[in-house]
Amino acid sequence: MIHAPKVSFRPGRKLTQRFPLLWTIVQRLLLSIVLLFAVSIVIFGGVEALPGDFATTYLGQSATPQAIANIRAELGIDRPITTRYFQWLGGVLTGDFGMSWANRNSVTEQIAQRLGNSLFLAFFAAIISVPLAVGLGMVAVLFRNRLPDRIINVASLAAISLPEFFVGYLLIMWFSVQTGIAVFPATVYEGMSFLDRLSAIALPTATLVLVVLAHMMRMTRAAIINVMSSPYIETAELKGLGGLRIIAKHAAPNALAPVINVVALNLAYLIVGVVVVEVVFVYPGMGQYMVDAVSVRDMPVVQACGFIFAAIYIFLNMTADILAIIANPRLRHPR
Amino acid sequence: MNLRQAPLSAWIGMAGVALALICAVFAPWIAPYGEGEIVGDIWLPMGGDYWLGTDNLGRDLLSRMIYGARTTILVSLTATVLSFAIGMFLSFMAVVRGGGVDQALSRLNDLMMAVPTLIFALVVLAVLPQETWILILVMAVLDSTRVFRIGRAVALDVAVMDFVEAARLRGEGKLWIVFREILPNTLSTLLAEFGLRFAFAILFLSTLSFLGLGIQPPTADWGGMVKDNKEGIIFGVSASLIPGAAIALLAICINLVVDWLMKRTSSIKGGRDDA
Repeated sequence: MIHAPKVSFRPGRKLTQRFPLLWTIVQRLLLSIVLLFAVSIVIFGGVEALPGDFATTYLGQSATPQAIANIRAELGIDRPITTRYFQWLGGVLTGDFGMSWANRNSVTEQIAQRLGNSLFLAFFAAIISVPLAVGLGMVAVLFRNRLPDRIINVASLAAISLPEFFVGYLLIMWFSVQTGIAVFPATVYEGMSFLDRLSAIALPTATLVLVVLAHMMRMTRAAIINVMSSPYIETAELKGLGGLRIIAKHAAPNALAPVINVVALNLAYLIVGVVVVEVVFVYPGMGQYMVDAVSVRDMPVVQACGFIFAAIYIFLNMTADILAIIANPRLRHPR
Repeated sequence: MNLRQAPLSAWIGMAGVALALICAVFAPWIAPYGEGEIVGDIWLPMGGDYWLGTDNLGRDLLSRMIYGARTTILVSLTATVLSFAIGMFLSFMAVVRGGGVDQALSRLNDLMMAVPTLIFALVVLAVLPQETWILILVMAVLDSTRVFRIGRAVALDVAVMDFVEAARLRGEGKLWIVFREILPNTLSTLLAEFGLRFAFAILFLSTLSFLGLGIQPPTADWGGMVKDNKEGIIFGVSASLIPGAAIALLAICINLVVDWLMKRTSSIKGGRDDA
């Protein structure tokens, strides 16, 4: 990832040397904010710089120049790009994402509803997959190169190759169409009871868990093996320490940071999975909203959704780095 | 490369990839019907004249699968090759030039990687016209960020080795150092990475097509075929599962080969066996 500049070269040396951990975390926070601004420029400015005129696409090729000029003025895209960017950014900072081009509704209202639905889905997928993945990863390391490890290895290799939509339709075919245990499509609406909601998201959650699990497990296994193969573990073994003691006292503290990183990375991956899974299960979340908006080229919605997804992604990566900093003694006391 | 030492899993993988490639190359000769030819009623079951049944418009599913292999593999392969060309060129340049160039390229790469690939693609494809070459370009540029990262790390590893230093002192040019010193020594790692990126490109293209933003109809491609036939799933029609399974199987086959390549490289280097 991004390397923080060496602390000792900074001005304000006293303070930063007294609280090196705090300073590293603050640096990481600032970096995320800078990154978020850069991403906002890419999502807004970069997109506007690309060829393709919205008004023409919107009205079709046969539109009269007058009609195109009218719609450009109405949507406010006849003004210079910098003005519009700062207006957009000001709106975003106050929680206003503008108005949808397709139906003239407030984007913020729509997103407020759907973001909750998406997070609901992602939350349950996360609390099921994280313990399962870390547990299975440890089992694989424990039985390394023996039968359980080989089975887990082959199964997870197959699982990472499955596209989300294939897993989704396979589950629908088995559980909804042939046996009728689960419901499809996964509609949720306001005033639905909590239990009904849970049963509605059972299949989408299962799909997400299956997709994320394999990745997370393989990476957990690699991270733990990486630590287990380092020289100090060998030393501990040669010293005659017991297996449990080696794992608890020597391996675990050093494996914590990479495992946290793996978990956060895969939670970030969950965001992308959500987009496809929502489309498969016709689930009213952010992902479906964004895909619909992309196909009708409803830019304010696309930009808002893109920005929020990116912000969540950046936030998760930042959390991972900060937790890794806290968990890593070497980063806690630089030099 | 010693093929005789390849394990069974690698052979299965290579056979699968070869089968898909044969379908892709000889599609017009193998396929029993035309790509867009309507041959019968919609969603006919498997068996009879139509081995895999028919799709949502009454086209022969097997023929479309074979033509779909062509589109899916061609587009993914082109995008992967292009992304490697871009990523490798920039990463080697960053390592060889170092300093400001390296800094600028690396920070730009961090920025691109700060947005999830699918989200980035959705935002960009919302603006650009729906053409296949634009799709390939978008896939290549987005994927080249990953290649850049790997390429830079690998090249940095090699660039500090003694034989590169020796070449530099000998007065060799930058091109010689890249092509005759660094590239041959990074090749096996990059080959495994190429397989991984190719599998990823197939999954990514299929996902985009499934969302309706990839290959446009009536051209057959596996992801788009899942989308075309998805309404049938409620009636128990398996027409959308077949292309889905094809994508999964091809990706699994590629991963099996890559798995073997990676194990090989790590054992050659005498590294840890963290497969």
